[in-house]
Parts: sequence; C-alpha cells; structure tokens
Amino acid sequence: MMKIDFGGLDPSAPLKGNTDDLHNEILAAPSFKLPITADFDGFQKAAVQMVKPAKGTTTLAFIFKEGVMVAADSRASMGGYISSQSVKKIIEINPYMLGTMAGGAADCQFWHRNLGIKCRLHELANKRRISVAGASKLLANILYSYRGMGLSVGTMIAGWDEQGPGLYYVDSEGGRLKGTRFSVGSGSPYAYGVLDNGYRFDLSVEEAAELARRAIYHATFRDGASGGVASVYHVGPNGWKKLSGDDVGELHYKYYPVEPTAVEQEMTEVSIAWGKEDGLYAVICFQ
Amino acid sequence: MESVFGLVGKDFAIVVADTSAVHSILVHKTNEDKIMVLDSHKLMGASGETGDRAQFTEYIQKNVALYQFRNGIPLTTAAAANFTRGELATALRKNPYMVNIILAGYDKETGPSLYYIDYIASLHKLDKAAFGYGSYFALSMMDRHYRRNMTVDEAIELVDKCIMEIRTRLVIAPPNFVIKIVDKDGAREFAWRESIKDAPVPTLA
Repeated sequence: MMKIDFGGLDPSAPLKGNTDDLHNEILAAPSFKLPITADFDGFQKAAVQMVKPAKGTTTLAFIFKEGVMVAADSRASMGGYISSQSVKKIIEINPYMLGTMAGGAADCQFWHRNLGIKCRLHELANKRRISVAGASKLLANILYSYRGMGLSVGTMIAGWDEQGPGLYYVDSEGGRLKGTRFSVGSGSPYAYGVLDNGYRFDLSVEEAAELARRAIYHATFRDGASGGVASVYHVGPNGWKKLSGDDVGELHYKYYPVEPTAVEQEMTEVSIAWGKEDGLYAVICFQ
Repeated sequence: MESVFGLVGKDFAIVVADTSAVHSILVHKTNEDKIMVLDSHKLMGASGETGDRAQFTEYIQKNVALYQFRNGIPLTTAAAANFTRGELATALRKNPYMVNIILAGYDKETGPSLYYIDYIASLHKLDKAAFGYGSYFALSMMDRHYRRNMTVDEAIELVDKCIMEIRTRLVIAPPNFVIKIVDKDGAREFAWRESIKDAPVPTLA
C-alpha cells in the first residue's frame, strides 16, 4: 500500500535548496527585541511615565429626571503646548451609550471602540441590548487585566437601558463606580463645584444642558489644560443626541459681556509754555 | 485612606466601613458600599485600591458560591477565610492584590467569628480588628471598651464611639459609614451613619 510521504512537511527537516532569512524567522522561537540600554527597568519606568499624560481635560456627566447629560471640552495638550482645540472627547459607543475620554486619547478611543464591538456581539448573541452596568463591567475587567502596564483611561459610560438612565465611572486602575454625578480630568474639581451647586434631580433638558455647559466653561476658565469647545450631549430613552458645541471663548463673553465703562478721566493736552529766559521748561500736563 | 473595622459580640459579628470613593484630592462618591455579602452568613469588608478591592472580593464571592453549588453545603467562615488568604498568598509574589480584608461570619456550630486578613496574606482570628488610618483611633477605643458577649445595642454604641472619634480626629475623615451585621438570621445591612447625603441613583419603575 502506498503511503503518502509527509516528510517534506516536517518543520525540522531542512528544505532542499535555499534557507533564507524569512524561513529562519518564521521557524525561530518567539522573542522580541529588547531596547539597547544599560538600565532596562529604569527605561521601562521612564517609557511608561512618558506615555502617561496627566489627564488634561474636563469631562462631566450626571443623571437627572430626563436621562443623562454628558459634556466635555475639546483641548488636547502635550505639556505646555496645545496640540488641538477640536478633539472629540465624547465617544459614541452605540446609539444609546456614550463614553467620555480622559487620559490617553489613543487608549480611550481604542478601548471604547473595542467595547462597542463587544456590546454588539452581546446583542447578537443574546438578542437584547447590553445594560450600562454590563458594558461598564466589560470595560473595567479589560482595563483591570492591563493594570500596571501604563494604560491611562478615565472614562464615564453613560446610557439608557431597561433600568433607566445609567452612569458608571471606569478608570485604568480597574476602578468602577456607579453614581449620579461624575467629573473626570484636570479641570474636574472646578467643574464639580459648579455642578454640585446647581444640580437638582428635576431639571429640564435645557436647564441641565445649561448647567453642564456652564460647569465645563468654568473649568476651562481656570484649568490651562482644558479649553476649545464645550460639547453637550443628552442620553434619553431613545438614545443620545448632541445638543450643542460652543466655543468657550465665546461663552465667556456671553456670560460676562464687556461693559462699556463710564470714562472717569480723559487725557488732554495742555498748552506748552517755553521760556528759557524765565526758566520755564516744557510742561505737558495730563489731567 | 479607607477605614474598615469589626468586632464580635454575643451570637453576632459587626463590620463597619467608610463609604468614600476617593481619587487623589477628589471624592467621587460618598455612598460606595465596601462590605460585600459573600453568602447568606458571611460579610467581607475590604479596603485598598479600588480595582483590586472590587475584583478580588467578587472573585472570592463567586468561588464561595461555586463551592456551595458543587458540594451542596456552604463553606464555613474559617474555610472561606483560609481560602481568601491562600489566594492572596499565591498572587503575592507575582501580582499582589493591594486589599485588606475583615471577614466576619456566623456558623451554626461555632457561632460568630471574625478574621483579619491583610494585603500580604497574614491571617488572624480575632475578636476585634481594624484597617486604615481610622484604625489608629478605632483600635484603642475598642481595646478600652470592648467586652466579650456584648449585646447588639452595646456593640453599636461602641461602633458609634469609634466613628465619632475618627470623625473628630482624622484630618481626612470620611463623612459616611455603613454598618453591616451577621448573625443566625443572616448577613445584612444594619445602618448608615451619614453626615453628607449623596443623591441616590434613581431607578425607573
């Protein structure tokens, strides 16, 4: 009986002819290049620190009677340099769930997109939408598994599910908090002040939008790492809707218009008197 | 830093924890429940890093439930405590969990018990224990006023004394505390001690 000769498929058997670099690379044991440095641990630490930007942003979200209000600024800064004034920090995970971005832009964008994929797969597998609690738990578990590896994510997941409006804060340390009001980023203490003071559960949509906008504006006023455009989104029972996007510079003059001040003093020229003989010198008076 | 403390009374055990979720100088939440109900007759109060706290205690909770499903009877408090400590010890030299735990439970045969498990996996069976900055005040208060076989009222009086002391003397004192009790009728929330009321999360009917 003829047996099929599989000898040629044997990986350890050298192929007849040329063994090129590609062939060697494919068959080599898995490995990765280490950076050429004397102090590898120090280098690792420095690399993580470099990639980890201080979360220069202001984002906020709160639950109220009509749903969830989500707002954010749009400035991206690299140290003292403003790299962009038009960053989209509110990420649309799916038509009824939003995520906010604070920390590393790439980390937030990638993992929110990944979360959107997982949510869709859940819908297809279970024939019902995933809850906000479930979506935030998925994200929290992923971030927890990358704990200590330098991810920088401070996000809020806001949505409307069968339990009503839901809001969760999730960060790259693996923390996950359920709540009614959150603000994340370097400008968050400023936003919290305005938000906590003006918050009532029974706000209307317009009042809540104005509160969110105002809180972002005040944070951008005081925090150098926040600025650009204050975007406000509303998540209701039928999904999210973008309500407004106002430049905070313009908002400043809208809230605090420049008063034309009454003129108290005016500069006038008074006649000059020359008189070398008299010993008078030029005198120009201002009143 | 988070305060968790507990004590054993006559046929019951109490675990108290603060309820602030803090991120550097910001308080994100003042009503975060850090005492997990492991099963019908066990409480696990945990303090430490947020991610580790939630993930580790949920992991223990699910494993305790799994044991019950597989074997038809629940774990004793001592067994649960030793399991928890074993998990912390195994992870310690690779990927340590930064969580401090006070595990309290009631067993029909042995009555109430309290276990102190710290983040480097030490395990002690004690009558009273405390973690966090609050422990500096709570431990001496409990040492001074604790007696064996206290009633619920006497124990709550002692707990309130400790909370008052923490509030008075700790510079970054947490405003709110939750008290949970476990006795022959099960593990349940006993009371909150709040000085700041956070808006509760409303649910639509």
